[in-house]
Amino acid sequence: MTETTPAAIKLRDVIRAGRQVENHSPWARAVIKHEDWRQAAASLSDGQWTLLGLWAERDQVHMAIIDGGDLGLLSLPCEDKRFPSVGQLHPPAMRLERAIRDLWGLEPEGLADTRPWLDHGKWPPATFNDVAHEAPPLAARDYAFLTAEGESLHQIPVGPVHAGIIEPGHFRFTANGEAVVRLEVRLGYVHKGIERLMQGASIERAAMLAGRVSGDSTLAYALAFAHAIEAAHRIDVPPRAVWLRALMSELERLANHFGDIGAVCNDAAFAMMHAQCGHLREQVLRVADRCFGHRLMMDRVVPGGVERDLQRDSEKEVHSLLVQIRKRFPELVELYDNTASLQDRTVGTGIVSSALARQYGCGGYVGRASGRAFDARRTPGYPPYDRLQFEVPVREDGDVDARLWIRIHEVEQSVALIDQIIRQLPRGSIRDPAQTVRTSQAHEGVALVEGFRGDVLVWVRIGADGNIERCHLRDPSWFQWPLLEAAIEGNIVADFPLCNKSFNCSYSGHDL
Amino acid sequence: MRRMLFKSLVHGPLTEAAPKADDAALAELAAQVDRTARLRLGRTLSIREVDAGSCNGCELEIHALNNIVYDLERFGLRFVASPRHADVLLVTGPVTTNMREALERTYQATPAPKWVVAVGDCARDGGIFAGSYACVGGVSAVLPVDLHIRGCPPSPITLLQGLLALLETVERSVK
Repeated sequence: MTETTPAAIKLRDVIRAGRQVENHSPWARAVIKHEDWRQAAASLSDGQWTLLGLWAERDQVHMAIIDGGDLGLLSLPCEDKRFPSVGQLHPPAMRLERAIRDLWGLEPEGLADTRPWLDHGKWPPATFNDVAHEAPPLAARDYAFLTAEGESLHQIPVGPVHAGIIEPGHFRFTANGEAVVRLEVRLGYVHKGIERLMQGASIERAAMLAGRVSGDSTLAYALAFAHAIEAAHRIDVPPRAVWLRALMSELERLANHFGDIGAVCNDAAFAMMHAQCGHLREQVLRVADRCFGHRLMMDRVVPGGVERDLQRDSEKEVHSLLVQIRKRFPELVELYDNTASLQDRTVGTGIVSSALARQYGCGGYVGRASGRAFDARRTPGYPPYDRLQFEVPVREDGDVDARLWIRIHEVEQSVALIDQIIRQLPRGSIRDPAQTVRTSQAHEGVALVEGFRGDVLVWVRIGADGNIERCHLRDPSWFQWPLLEAAIEGNIVADFPLCNKSFNCSYSGHDL
Repeated sequence: MRRMLFKSLVHGPLTEAAPKADDAALAELAAQVDRTARLRLGRTLSIREVDAGSCNGCELEIHALNNIVYDLERFGLRFVASPRHADVLLVTGPVTTNMREALERTYQATPAPKWVVAVGDCARDGGIFAGSYACVGGVSAVLPVDLHIRGCPPSPITLLQGLLALLETVERSVK
């Protein structure tokens, strides 16, 4: 089958031709040969398939792929600690492969970029999975940033400690006067070793770790992790829990979008939107606190169900929140739409082309503002969204303004979704404790969940002892950070905060 | 916009709206923080926030202190853009090995007298991330910490309470 032309290759055929792994669900995982791995890289590079994730363990690499409506995983054993680089053909895989080399000591053969990524040369030797770090310690100043050459160019180093209350990362600008010629982001500062901590952990502890990969998406991560565990062990979740999870997810989306809409306007020095949106965000968090006992709803979604039920009084709280948003939010949208000085900053700023968004499989508002209509609630989809009416807003402009409008429309959609959820909320139990499964063999599960920022991928293997053997969590930011570098090119340095906020990528989610 | 601004004038600030339990606690705290802050520092205490590896949950709640509901600045407490302007470092996260140097350099850049507040359960002792090869495990492993504010993440009210406690600590240490 490696002889066929790239255009004819379907993911499901590749999986069928490979050796399918037992006890892996809901999508298939197949162990394939070197030449099929290379061919897969070519199919990604051709744009027929989209890369969902690329990660490793001691002696193999895994790749999650979406081909139209089909999702699946391909695995390649690497006995000699090497694998053919996907990134050499398909740039979105480059940083993922650099991270694999840092964490697992597997060499992506042919990858031109040999710089470390998450490893800053500061970890104690031989700590991660007993992989010895052969590279000599690398001082921060030794990291070779990509160059841009020209007579009047100068560099501006920013971070890792920033001026605002944000996460740490380093931005290296090369500017020609005010115009940015090149931006390169350096990340890894908040790498906590979460995946290593998960190895051998109980499912309960691993669920808590998953909820702390990126605090703003704690619910999306907890949900994706729960889905993966439930898929692996074929656990049925009570209907009420399924619907409560959707309610929490939409509350998380609302809170974050309100925060972002205000913050983007604030970075254009329009404080009024910031004040008003900040107030709306606070109202959402308070309702979440009163309904579920935690403002960010951490640890409220657990494998098998949810941890806290919604009381009847709290349903009213949710209702009055919707009333308040429906009354106040349209005025704010009108204010944004009618303020020319604000639009002057956002329209045409930080453009991401639809080709790049497609190539990178960029999810969330960044992808949808650039014409990529992907939403994990639709594809692959998960309940209860199959029984809910909602639209996935898409724009083509790809600028700061478009990313803001996507958020505005998603706020409207989330409000409509919460309304439907509250009306249809089934009664019954919220967690089935009887379903703790103990088996004699390993089980694997995978899940894709739509967080506010985009699709979160979680893959897990549960060992025979019921503990986590290996878990990988892929933040949507992996495929958004590189596009920020593209978006800022040719813009002025002063517009960078605006662009950055309109992306609002996660540092912690990326660094793990 | 004029319509909205006019409405704000008529309705008064949102900060005082909705007298629920937590708002009452906020009002109570407000008076205390105000009195103590003035006593020691006149009207201002400048805070520099440093994320030393947090999941960003703490940052969200620290951000909330600046919203119009909590409006931290009315107490004379404000966030500044540089450690060189700061009296207090508000540090979150289990301190990753990759952030250790940046945290130390930020501390060195802060003029004395200075105080360090560790925010969140992982800033206390590494929390759920304790034992990782990539975490130092708590701010006090790197810097002298004057106060820990517990919580995962601490709510804005808890943060306010903590800052009040800090002011009392500051007073004691100066006397």
